[in-house]
Amino acid sequence: MSKIWMLVFDSTLQTLSMVFFSTLFSLILGLPLGILLSATSPEEQGGIIPRPVLNNILGRVVNVLRSFPFIILMILLFPLSRLLIGTSIGTTATIVPLSIAAAPFVARVIETALKEVDPGVVQAARAMGSTNFQIVRKVLIPEALPSLVSGVTLTIINLIGYSAMAGAIGGGGLGDLAIRYGYQRFRGDIMFIAVVIILVLVEIIQVIGNKISAKLLARR
Amino acid sequence: MQIMLQNLKRTYGTLHAVNGISLFIPSNTIYGIIGKSGAGKSTLVRLISLLERPDAGEVHFDDSRVDNLDKASLIQRRRRIGMIFQNFNLFSSRNAEQNIAYPLEINGTPKAEIKARVEQLLSLVGLDGRGKAPISTLSGGQKQRVAIARALACNPDILFCDEATSALDPQTTHSILSLLKEIQRKMSLTVVMITHQMEVVRDACDQVAVLNDGIVVEQGLVTDIFAHPQSEVTKDFLTHLVGVDEAASSDDQMVHWSKKRGAYTLRFRGGTTDQPILSKITRTTGVDFNIRAGGVQKVGDMEIGTMLVDISGSEEERARAVEALNQMGVVVEEEELV
Repeated sequence: MSKIWMLVFDSTLQTLSMVFFSTLFSLILGLPLGILLSATSPEEQGGIIPRPVLNNILGRVVNVLRSFPFIILMILLFPLSRLLIGTSIGTTATIVPLSIAAAPFVARVIETALKEVDPGVVQAARAMGSTNFQIVRKVLIPEALPSLVSGVTLTIINLIGYSAMAGAIGGGGLGDLAIRYGYQRFRGDIMFIAVVIILVLVEIIQVIGNKISAKLLARR
Repeated sequence: MQIMLQNLKRTYGTLHAVNGISLFIPSNTIYGIIGKSGAGKSTLVRLISLLERPDAGEVHFDDSRVDNLDKASLIQRRRRIGMIFQNFNLFSSRNAEQNIAYPLEINGTPKAEIKARVEQLLSLVGLDGRGKAPISTLSGGQKQRVAIARALACNPDILFCDEATSALDPQTTHSILSLLKEIQRKMSLTVVMITHQMEVVRDACDQVAVLNDGIVVEQGLVTDIFAHPQSEVTKDFLTHLVGVDEAASSDDQMVHWSKKRGAYTLRFRGGTTDQPILSKITRTTGVDFNIRAGGVQKVGDMEIGTMLVDISGSEEERARAVEALNQMGVVVEEEELV
């Protein structure tokens, strides 16, 4: 019995580490991309440096990446994982496809949040002589912060779901535990525990995300 | 700082938003630019506040041309311009004092200096002690005060007010206009007020330009424009202002003796408002006046009266009455009756 709990404990840690690092890397990739998407969009959509061609290309790349089924994207990215991590199997290797799958999602979430900022406020900032960089850093991001937090919450929850899928190709974690023990070895109890832990994780992230977002809004 | 616009043009697709505007806005004054929506006001303010480049024409601040500045000098130039807006456009992520600090932050002012300056500005706009207030807790008038403080933070030489009082109630409008006038005097600013409210022009401006369809149809001293409006647009603005319009629209309650009798608009100016002009003319020419509506208001330190009347009498008598009115300094406009 204690062996099972050890397994569950290890798998939970693996899931947490996958989710943590892939959230981190998808933000690193997605944040600039989202800012770029929003900044290069047409002026009437709040673009501060409208570049229609670049915006179109970026938008298409993001759409293609987002419409890829995750499981196929993971297989396609095996070579990249091998290049970066040295292996394509295991928790660490799975962080690569997870990050890349989530980055376009993050980009869209950030783009949407930034576009919600009142154009009048951006105009005021510009009239006061803000550089584009200052507009992004001191106006757009702080103004959009509550929506950005909601977006990141959504990303983490999505990544928990994706990381469970990653178990299918040897990524470890709670999804892997559910499939290998729960499904393939007919251990309904282990399947149940894994699913419950995933649900609890999602719930905790959602509650924390909502709290932070609400707190930011309450200060305004 | 004086502003000179030379034949400014800006087109959006086929719309000539600003279609050849030349204006001279003298230094150290409050200059009104009035027009209905769609007249080209917003575009004009974007052009002279350097938010947009004109398709043709030039903008000069004092002796330097500013419509063709490169990116870096454009940003430096904008930092010397203050601007306030109809919707205040304050940063909701910052409280009152952080909003005021923004323009100082972006030009690299040291923290201690920012703090002192913000305190000074808060007290200038009458918001001492409200620095920590989140923007959403402030009233419309207070928000505009924060916006004014923010606009003045970097000691600008020009202040643009883009429909700055349009979202405020009359009382608040009045207090904001007084504040702007006071600040204009204190800081020797050139203030440009873009508005569609003639009350704002009357209560705050020294000079005014009337905009319609992308061109200036009339400009001059506010007192002159109120006493002798030339263009239809201006007359229309004035009609709405004195409130005679409402009375005139209840026209059907009035008795018309004959379709041929015209409706006249009389404009009195200065001393003429003190005299019993109508009864004098009634005696000398034999016409009768039927007063439909009227009002007297102060423009600067001058009184301007407007009256809508029917004049009854023979055509000859009426012509003499109009002449007599003109001689006494009353401007008479005759409207064609349908």
